[in-house]
Amino acid sequence: MKLYINNIHYESKANADETLLNVLRNELHLTGTKRGCDIGLCGTCTVLINGQVKRACKVKLSQLKETDKILTIEGMAANGKLHPIQEAFIEANAIQCGFCTPGMVLATKVLLDKNPKPTRDEIKRALQGNLCRCTGYQQIFDAVELVARKLNK
Amino acid sequence: MVRRIDAIEKVTGAAIYAEDIFLPDMIYAVPLFAPHPHAKIISIDTAKAKVVRGVVGIFTASDVPGELRTGGVVQDHYIFAKDVTRYSGDVVAMIAAETLEAAREARDKVDIKFEPLPALFSPVDAMKPGAPKIHPERENNICCHYPVRHGDTDAGFKKSDKIIEREYKTQHVEHAYLEPEGCVAIANADGSVTVRGGMQHPFTAQKFTARATGLPVNKVQIIQTTLGGGFGGKDDTISIICARAAIITLKTKRPVKIIYTREESVRESYKRHPFHVKFKAGVTKDGKLQALEANIVADAGAYCSTSPFVIWRPTVQCTGPYIYPNVKCDSYAVYTNNTFTGAMRGFGSPQINFAIESFIDELAAEINADPIEFRRKNFFTQGCTTHTGQKFDNHKVAIAEVVNAALEKFDWNEKFGKCSRGAPDANGNYYGIGMACSYRGVSLGHEGKDFCAAIIKITPDAKVELEVGVAENCQGLKTVMANICAKELGVEVEKIIYKDVDTLSVPDSCPTVASRGTLVGGNAVIDAVRQIKEKMAPVAKNIGAHSSFEDIVSACHSMNIELHALGTWQGPPVSWEETTGQGNAYFTYVYGCQVVELEVEGKSGKVRVKKMLGAHDMGKAINPEMAKGQIFGGMVMGMGFGLKEEIIHKEGVIQNLNFDKYRIVTSAEVPEMEALIVENRDPAGPWGAKALGEPVNELMGGAIANALYYATGVRFRETPIKAETIRTALSLRRSISD
Repeated sequence: MKLYINNIHYESKANADETLLNVLRNELHLTGTKRGCDIGLCGTCTVLINGQVKRACKVKLSQLKETDKILTIEGMAANGKLHPIQEAFIEANAIQCGFCTPGMVLATKVLLDKNPKPTRDEIKRALQGNLCRCTGYQQIFDAVELVARKLNK
Repeated sequence: MVRRIDAIEKVTGAAIYAEDIFLPDMIYAVPLFAPHPHAKIISIDTAKAKVVRGVVGIFTASDVPGELRTGGVVQDHYIFAKDVTRYSGDVVAMIAAETLEAAREARDKVDIKFEPLPALFSPVDAMKPGAPKIHPERENNICCHYPVRHGDTDAGFKKSDKIIEREYKTQHVEHAYLEPEGCVAIANADGSVTVRGGMQHPFTAQKFTARATGLPVNKVQIIQTTLGGGFGGKDDTISIICARAAIITLKTKRPVKIIYTREESVRESYKRHPFHVKFKAGVTKDGKLQALEANIVADAGAYCSTSPFVIWRPTVQCTGPYIYPNVKCDSYAVYTNNTFTGAMRGFGSPQINFAIESFIDELAAEINADPIEFRRKNFFTQGCTTHTGQKFDNHKVAIAEVVNAALEKFDWNEKFGKCSRGAPDANGNYYGIGMACSYRGVSLGHEGKDFCAAIIKITPDAKVELEVGVAENCQGLKTVMANICAKELGVEVEKIIYKDVDTLSVPDSCPTVASRGTLVGGNAVIDAVRQIKEKMAPVAKNIGAHSSFEDIVSACHSMNIELHALGTWQGPPVSWEETTGQGNAYFTYVYGCQVVELEVEGKSGKVRVKKMLGAHDMGKAINPEMAKGQIFGGMVMGMGFGLKEEIIHKEGVIQNLNFDKYRIVTSAEVPEMEALIVENRDPAGPWGAKALGEPVNELMGGAIANALYYATGVRFRETPIKAETIRTALSLRRSISD
């Protein structure tokens, strides 16, 4: 089927019951989407489908329409320029092993698209489906607040 | 602030982890696990599996060309179970196929006939005389034992007004790195093998792979890919997986990819040792500690792994930062048929410090003393002699300093007065704060030789290639090494081209463990820079004082002065006498204190952590923001250890193999946190830096147990302290008082 990912048209030959995660990683080699648990609980495979947070390991191709707009981490930086969320993650030292980072960045995008000035508690709730074992989350919250301040200027 | 040098690749998804490698003609291999934790293997029938379309080969113990058994300390770990399985994560076979799906399908068709053997799931049973032996070649199931004998504890107890005995227990903990184990192995045309994978210690993987394949070490190249978390957990298991991948690629002559699922990872990989600690202490009524007897029993599981190190460190640190003039300690790690246990962030210290710091508060309560004043009365002081006979005079003994800094910042005195102490508020809820503090030996100490190397090569166009023998473990090591190199050399950090560890390029620099990366790597880098500068100095003098780095490099190049250097660092001497446990165990020490504020919902027993603070003397913070990141991450992991995480074995089989049942702390649960950097520069460290990664993970368990006591009035002596445990204890107390 045809897939529209990061404003690019792709063609997948996979079966309809294949997961989006496997298609992204193994067929299209968009490997920024990570695999951590395969049961939709760690958040490392987070992608956005029509602006909503989805766990790619729980999405089957059969559930997708060709018109669905899929955004992965590879689509966040545009024209060689980092997205402000990505810049903030670097600036706030929100990255350690980096395995949760793509999912965290995408979940942050959805949060800020819906709520440009989130409180600390709103940030904590919005990211609770994305596990991080390294940072203790604090500098990730700092990054979200930093970019929110910048975008609201 | 210097940014992480790997930040852009990680934030864009471009960083290459093991699973992100795809090679032409690559095959996939999956593990087939033991059908029973302790069983005799009668037969392995692969006939039905072999005919599954796409299967390339099925590999068992009989396919191992080199040594079947491996291990970093004791070689007792079967890389394929042969004849007998010893725990449920033992791998009986690897199935390789054209696709992952075919490999998995074939795995389901392998038929293993087995006969269960009597199994041991508790160290107490395993230590009983006549218990079945898990490793028949050994005398008994005791994997290792360390004693300390210092002074005369009987005399110390006689001087005491009160003698108090307590027991504490801790659980199996999963590292829960978000990236499961993975590697890709390639057989090269010259008979050598290259393995790329996510391991903490490329040199361990190299040794394990060489041993299993029978290849000389210089025919095994290990290249570390970006690592998706380790915390001590990506050592033995991933090294064994690398060895299996190498065996398969050497046989099939095709690139082999092994990527574990979460369930496979949790099933095979080692856990943190559960501890059972018994303390007996004597104290005078004016609050002076007189004697300590400690008995520590740790569950090693089926294989030795790093058990000797994991129980040696808590033996050295069994008193906490307190002077007991008389100490007797015995620590044991014991084989069982549970999942094997090994290194996890702290090397036994989160367990022993939970016990030590709970016990100190209990002692204070027994003599009606304030827990902080009681600590201060017994703290290590500058120039003191510890229970291993080591005089602390070569570094700043900063225990009082970190505790004072932490408590003051936390408003301890005010908040401590507000603790519920068993009397709930109008809503039936409780409020409490607690603290814990520690001292900790830096680097390996007497565990092993302490060496590190760094290579600097400066290209004619003045780019600085840097390779260090310690590995990036996600903590930011590459960034710190690049920072040190750039500053010492007087160039911008952008000039540094950092080369990931390649075992055929840089000398074996011992494992990146024990929070030693910054200290040992930094010192080796400084030594390499010193040599480069010595080569450049006369040239610089010739071409003039105002010449740039580029000019000097260019001049050196034209004069055929090669700007290469191999920097090395060798740890200062340490000593240890095995039978009495006396000696200078580590060459220097760090000090830390963590404080927690929490609320307990009386009805449910649920704990809401409101605030955590960590104050750590790390010598010198080379990158303060990254140092804070370590403190935050360590405290949150410690919070999981204290309150919720536990690997559950049932008859040796793990019941919670994925994040649905093994719950780590989420963003919604973390409290406000504060990190205090205390700096007493150490003569042994680069720019005075010491260690941080593990100290930050060894205190929250004890701090939480103490806070729960000052909240509810109930002393909890077993981790994790889950809501249902608290609820049961509170309702039991209500029913007694009714």
